[in-house]
Amino acid sequence: MSVKTPSKLEKILSEGHLAVTSECGPPRGSDPEAITKKAELIKDHVDAINITDNQTSVTRLCSLAACIRLKLMGLEPVLQMVTRDRNRIALQSDILGAASFDIHNILCLSGDHQSFGDCAQGQNVYDLDSMQLIQTVRHMRDEGKFLGGDEIKRPPRMFVGAAANPFADPFEIRVPRLAKKIAAGVEFIQTQCIYNLDKFEAWMQGVRDRGLHEKVYILAGLTPMKNVGMARYMKKRVPGMDVPDEIVERLAGTPKEKQAEEGIKICIESIERLKQVEGVAGFHIMAIEWEEKVPQIVESAGLYPRPKVD
Amino acid sequence: MIVADKKPLEEIIGYLKSHKSILILGCNECVTVCEAGGQKEVQVLASALRMNALKEGNNVKIDELTLERQCDHEYLEEIRDVIDQYDAVVSLACGVGVQFTAEQYPSVMIYPGVNTCFMGATEKRGLWTERCQGCGQCILATTGSVCPVARCAKRLFNGPCGGSTAGKCEINAEVDCAWQLIVDRLKALDKLDQYETLCPIKDWSTDRAGGPRKVVREDVQ
Repeated sequence: MSVKTPSKLEKILSEGHLAVTSECGPPRGSDPEAITKKAELIKDHVDAINITDNQTSVTRLCSLAACIRLKLMGLEPVLQMVTRDRNRIALQSDILGAASFDIHNILCLSGDHQSFGDCAQGQNVYDLDSMQLIQTVRHMRDEGKFLGGDEIKRPPRMFVGAAANPFADPFEIRVPRLAKKIAAGVEFIQTQCIYNLDKFEAWMQGVRDRGLHEKVYILAGLTPMKNVGMARYMKKRVPGMDVPDEIVERLAGTPKEKQAEEGIKICIESIERLKQVEGVAGFHIMAIEWEEKVPQIVESAGLYPRPKVD
Repeated sequence: MIVADKKPLEEIIGYLKSHKSILILGCNECVTVCEAGGQKEVQVLASALRMNALKEGNNVKIDELTLERQCDHEYLEEIRDVIDQYDAVVSLACGVGVQFTAEQYPSVMIYPGVNTCFMGATEKRGLWTERCQGCGQCILATTGSVCPVARCAKRLFNGPCGGSTAGKCEINAEVDCAWQLIVDRLKALDKLDQYETLCPIKDWSTDRAGGPRKVVREDVQ
């Protein structure tokens, strides 16, 4: 796949390196250090850092401002953008705002429903869905035009990503759904957290059967478990999450003070196994409020040092 | 039909504090079917308001009447001769009926007696569910006759999202995932390949977003 943007993440992937990305959740306040400190912890061990957009519908400092903070540190942000809160005017406007700071990666998402968050009584927007946001960014970039048809002076140059959840239902359309996102113009995928590796590999088989792995870079998503309580919570309470019993049992069978270490170990073992899966182009490590563990995971999984690209 | 639900009695009592002569006005159409504002509900509400007035020691006249419809001038004319007897009307019709009644009788206070909820259907007695949001540009031909605008919590045109679990929506395990229904139906029709057609960005100008709407049919005027 040829390089179409100045994105460092795109360059790394196009050169055939296994990419490593991670993410930081912005604070529930305006202290910039909440972002810069997290970024400092991981910056040497990842190629790009996602900034989440009001994840789980809890109001936080905005993704765009946090991405600008990373940019000012000389880092490579991935702007997460959900279609829940903004209509097409606001989405295009924020894309241009990000482009003005030379933010070169965007992750197009529909976002969690607002009923999960702190403004459950709020309206949702959903003027576009995630696929239509992918189309919008590609249109703005490749045609140099707004959705309304007018020309954009200095169009955005963004590497366009989206999420994929191989574990949500109905399973039979999870590969067609990826094909649909590719048809919409997506260039890289960061998957939902993978705990059920067998199911993920079955999905990847379906992806390869249709040759989709040659049309999009797939970064396998991983979140280390801090303890058995977290595993149980994710299994029972998080929609679309597939945590097999063996993971819960393995953590439950580990003494409490060693469960965090065991969670990291499971994560590293998963990466080692997923490295062998044809079509996996990298890893997206989401260590939720546990960013300090990212360097250890990256190093232990043999993904360090990170490649240097121009 | 338009589905409505009864307002709490306390709320209605609150509206009526200063009124002495009140008409409870039902509607024989949708709100009768969904048991929120028909003749039976008019009787029940009127009785409750009379008992409350008695308890509070207020001398209030409360009458009952149910029209065929409140969304047609023709039927609203039936109260023209009696409306002056009242200083307030509680309309148990949908929001359309409340407003249309108020437009006909500008000098009388017309209060809503129900909460108008959605366009839906009777699944069984006591259970009504939403089917349509009147977006003005029907896409059911492409979605296996299941509407993602009305039935997907994120109104995704290219769903399902990653929160669909065992056929249910991420917001509530009692809500069906519209996209599971769409996929199941396309499969039953042997049209699952249709799923991969991207649904284009929607023109919402025919929806609420375009401002108050009207349908003009000169051929039938």
